[in-house]
Formats: sequence, structure tokens, C-alpha cells
Amino acid sequence: MRITQGTFSFLPDLTDDEIRAQVDYALSKGWALSVEYTDDPHPRNVYWDMWGMPMFTIKDGAAVLFEVKACRKAHPNHYIKVNAFDNTRGVESMCLSFIVNRPKVEPGFGLERQEAAGRRVRYTTRAYSAAKPPGSRYE
Amino acid sequence: MNKPVEGHITDVKQRYKGGVLKYKQMGYWRPDYEPKDTDVICLFRITPQDGVDPEEAAAAVAGESSTATWTVVWTDLLTAHESYQAKAYRVEPVPNQPGQYFVYIAYDLILFEEGSIANVTASLIGNVFSFKPLKAARLEDIRIPVAYVKTFKGPPTGIVVERERLDKYGRPLLGATMKPKLGLSGKNYGRVIYEALTGGLDFTKDDENINSQPFMHWRDRFLFGMEAVNRAQANSGEIKGHYFNVTGATMEDMYERAEFAKELGSNIVMIDLVIGWTAIQSMSNWCRKHDMILHMHRAGHGTYTRQKNHGVSFRVIAKWLRLAGVDHLHAGTAVGKLEGDPMTVQGYYNVCRDTYTKTDLQRGLFFDQDWADLKKVMPVASGGIHAGQMHQLLTLFGDDVVLQFGGGTIGHPAGIQAGAIANRVALEAMVKARNEGRDIANEGPEILDAAAKWCTPLKQALETWKDVSFNYTSTDTPDYAVTPTAS
Repeated sequence: MRITQGTFSFLPDLTDDEIRAQVDYALSKGWALSVEYTDDPHPRNVYWDMWGMPMFTIKDGAAVLFEVKACRKAHPNHYIKVNAFDNTRGVESMCLSFIVNRPKVEPGFGLERQEAAGRRVRYTTRAYSAAKPPGSRYE
Repeated sequence: MNKPVEGHITDVKQRYKGGVLKYKQMGYWRPDYEPKDTDVICLFRITPQDGVDPEEAAAAVAGESSTATWTVVWTDLLTAHESYQAKAYRVEPVPNQPGQYFVYIAYDLILFEEGSIANVTASLIGNVFSFKPLKAARLEDIRIPVAYVKTFKGPPTGIVVERERLDKYGRPLLGATMKPKLGLSGKNYGRVIYEALTGGLDFTKDDENINSQPFMHWRDRFLFGMEAVNRAQANSGEIKGHYFNVTGATMEDMYERAEFAKELGSNIVMIDLVIGWTAIQSMSNWCRKHDMILHMHRAGHGTYTRQKNHGVSFRVIAKWLRLAGVDHLHAGTAVGKLEGDPMTVQGYYNVCRDTYTKTDLQRGLFFDQDWADLKKVMPVASGGIHAGQMHQLLTLFGDDVVLQFGGGTIGHPAGIQAGAIANRVALEAMVKARNEGRDIANEGPEILDAAAKWCTPLKQALETWKDVSFNYTSTDTPDYAVTPTAS
């Protein structure tokens, strides 16, 4: 199973050079880069852990890639993504967000069903790895 | 006064002595009028009957879309009638279209009820399009003053919040309309949804005429559809959605269907344009209250938007729909099977997505329009498009669009999932290449071929549809002088 969140998950994993090209594109647009990581990739987990603050003042792609590598070193078996944030009035949101690291094995999600009245079913999506405590899910 | 006055009669005795006056004499032609920032301004394209003076025709349009009736009424004097009179202030021949004129008319803000598109349309396109002295009339564009924009709540979700809810950024969204559009049972229909979403689409869609026919009751469709959506979410780890069409015979039916979709956990519902302005605004309120994205299928618009001498331009419909409050709006593909000159279609997209729309005659935009921070509508490109056109679509429309490949997903020779994979890979490869600085408009086919080397479904899609294009002359194109006439 391969989690396909993020802008480029249907492509082969991006090399560092390819990540750098996307970072440079974002910087050329005036967007702020940030790095986030998690071992809880539930589709509705919107708050991944921040690897430091968003880099509002950094204009050098090499510095962003340095942070990506540092995050990877600290969390080699986590999902890591690079986000680009546009603070233009009327946007003030992310304009690019792509995964740059993922666990070696991705067990994926199970779908639990609770049968309710009138053929209704209440669905719960649960990551198979979520049963383990944070930090030990993808070892 | 010995000579009859040609233009506006300002003498009250003369103006109200009874009988029939020309519209110009009644004060609807005011060439010196300076529109106020708070006026609604309309640009009509009119074709007067032979022998009718264009200025008199313009005045008649102003009159018939505001206070005038065919004869003088003294009861006007019980009102501050000058406020209620629309004022035609500019007439110019349409470039290269003999017999047609562009007419600019200003309407005072007092003429319109706050936050009511029904009221706006009853005024501006109520009687005037049947008026005998005109052979034809078309509402080409409209400038809505900020003061009036602020009386509307606009889209319940908007592009930014939709993306945050879906957690999808930096690329167009992908959708598909389920096919065949008629005849599938609920169970079979859910199968198509499941395959398309699992393959890699973000959204699937009911077609405009899927409501609740004998072959598939709406509740059955919703129940099977949500099983498909949830399974696809678990398979991919991504948020997915299906636009359940809640269009029904009455508001009560639509509310019932929308409530059920909400109860089942759907994040989006859909309505057809044919339900009418009042129903659209009601459904918009419902969606805002229940955190639902509202998808608008523009069913029926071609009956009045397509012919450029008569009707209402789609750019006006798009402006009204942004005010009325929809989140998704079908706005054309330019390259697909349905009508649409590329520049004209880009004009519609600008109306949906701009914070401030600039005058752009080539794209059919005649006015600056300040949207006053009203949320943005996500345009939808749907109808006869396929993966092989990805570079064209991304170049024409950018990231904030839903690209819908119905046939282009479900018709894939290796199956629906393969079709979805082909589209998603083509899309991501093209976005990546664009961001890397490649000239995708020209290098697009090479970029697709390179991705097809490692992605068999894309290779099959490119082979299957390589020769499909819809190159017909567009009916609705902007008419503008290369150098705009001084005025």
C-alpha cells in the first residue's frame, strides 16, 4: 500500500534534486516553506508535527533541503512532507504540499463498519499501525 | 418651446402631460451621466429593429429594465423617480457586427433587494428581452458594486477552505462523471465510484439528470456511493468525495436528500442550475450551515448563453452564481466536446477565482470587478477531455480547477482504475514539470510520453485517445476592436 496524500504521490519518490526544484519554484513565488512529519497519516490528521517553524525568511533552497535531510535523519521511518505557504490576502493557505519521506513498509488502513438502522453504516478508517504508541509505529 | 425636445424633457409640465413619449424624452438616455461607484452597470448587446434609432433603443432597454411602462404615468411624481430610472449613457456599434450595438446602462442601488439574485434577474432580464422594438438582446457583462457584493454571503466553502478540508494542494483536482449516466442500479453505480476513486481520482460525480428514477432510487445511490467513497479513502489514505445530486421536484425533496447525504458522511452535494436562483440560494445556506461543499452543474445554460446576439452571457451567470454562493461551477474546457472559445472560457474562470477582475476585452470582460473578499468558486472543466490534453488544460486553467475525465477514465481499455491512474499520473507529471520550469505548452507530449514509459495505464490512455479532438468554430466569442474606441 502507498499513501497517496500530497501533490506528487503518484510519481516515483522524488530525488533530492527534484525536491530542490520544487522548493526553488515555491521560493520564486514568494511562498514560505515548512517541513512536517508524522507517524499518524490518517487522512484527517491535519496537524502533523512541525519540524521547526515555517521558514518565512529563508530564500535559499539549500537551507530548506538541509532541514529536510535533518528531519529525515531524526525520523527515518516517518512520513515527512514539505509545504509551501502563500500569505497573500485571499489565499493565506498552502499552495504545494508533497511527501519527501515515507516508512519502508506502509501497512495502510482498515475500514471498520458499524451497522446502524435503515441500512446505514458508520465508517471508521483506522491505520493498522495506529494501535502502537507514537514513535514505535513504523519500526 | 416651439420645437419638440429630442432628448430628456426636464420641464415637468411637458414631461407629464399624458400620452406617449420617446424613452429618450422620458430621461432614460443620459449621455452625460457619470456612473456612481455604487451603481450596477450592465452592458447589453442589442439588435434594434430596422429603422429604430440605437439611442432610442438603448433608452428603451434602460426603461423597460427599470421603471418605464409604454405611456407616461403621473404617479411617477409621487416618487423620487430619477433614482429609479436606469440610465443608458453610452452606445457604440459592435465591432464587425453590423446592426448590433453595445449599450451601457447604470442602475441605482436602490433598485435591488439585498442579497437576492432572483430580484436582480427579475429586473435586468425580466421583461426587456421580449421587447418588440428589438430583434435581439444579450446581457454581455455586469459590474456589481462592492456595496451590493457585500450583501451576499457567496460560496459556502470557497477554494481555499475546500483544499484545506480535502488536504490537497498545488495541483488541479481530478473528477469523473459516472457513466452510463442512466440505467445503472445503485450497486453497480457504486462500483464505478469505487473503481474511479480507488484508482486515484479525488471526486466522482452524478450527472445532471441523475435524480431518483425507476432504475435507481436516490437513497440506494447514496448508501452504495458512501460505501465506495469510504473504501477508496481507506485504500489510498486520501480524502475522497462523490457529488450526490440532490436536485428534486421541490425544496422539501432537496433538503431531505441533502440531509441524508450529510448523515452518511458525504463532504459534498450537487445541484443543477435548472432549479432556479431562489433554490440555489436556499441550498447555499443549507451547505454553509452543514459544512458541505456545493457543486453546481450548469445544466440548461446553453439555451440562453450560447448565441451571442441573444440571451445572457455565461460570464454574467458565473458572477451571479458566485454571489448566490456555489463552490464548484462548470465553466468549460475550451479543448473538450462542449462550446467554448479558449479566451472566453478563461474569462469565466477569472470571474470565479479572482479577488479583483480586471477589464480584459479579449476575454470578454468589459468591467473591473472588485470581489470584496468574497470567497472563490472552483471552476470545473468537464466534457470530452482526456489525459493527452493535460498540458493544454494546465496551461489554460492553472491549479485551481477540477478536471473531470468521465469517458476519459471509465472508457480506459484496461478498466476504470487504470483510467484514473493514467489521469493522475499525467496530472502530477505535468505539474511537476511546470514547477521545474519546463515549457509544458510545447513540451507537454514529451513529458507525457516520458511518464508513459513507466506507467502502462497512461501509455494505453495516450494510445486510445491520441487522435481525439473537438476542433469546431466557437459560437460565443468576444467582439472587440483591436484598439478600443475612445469614449
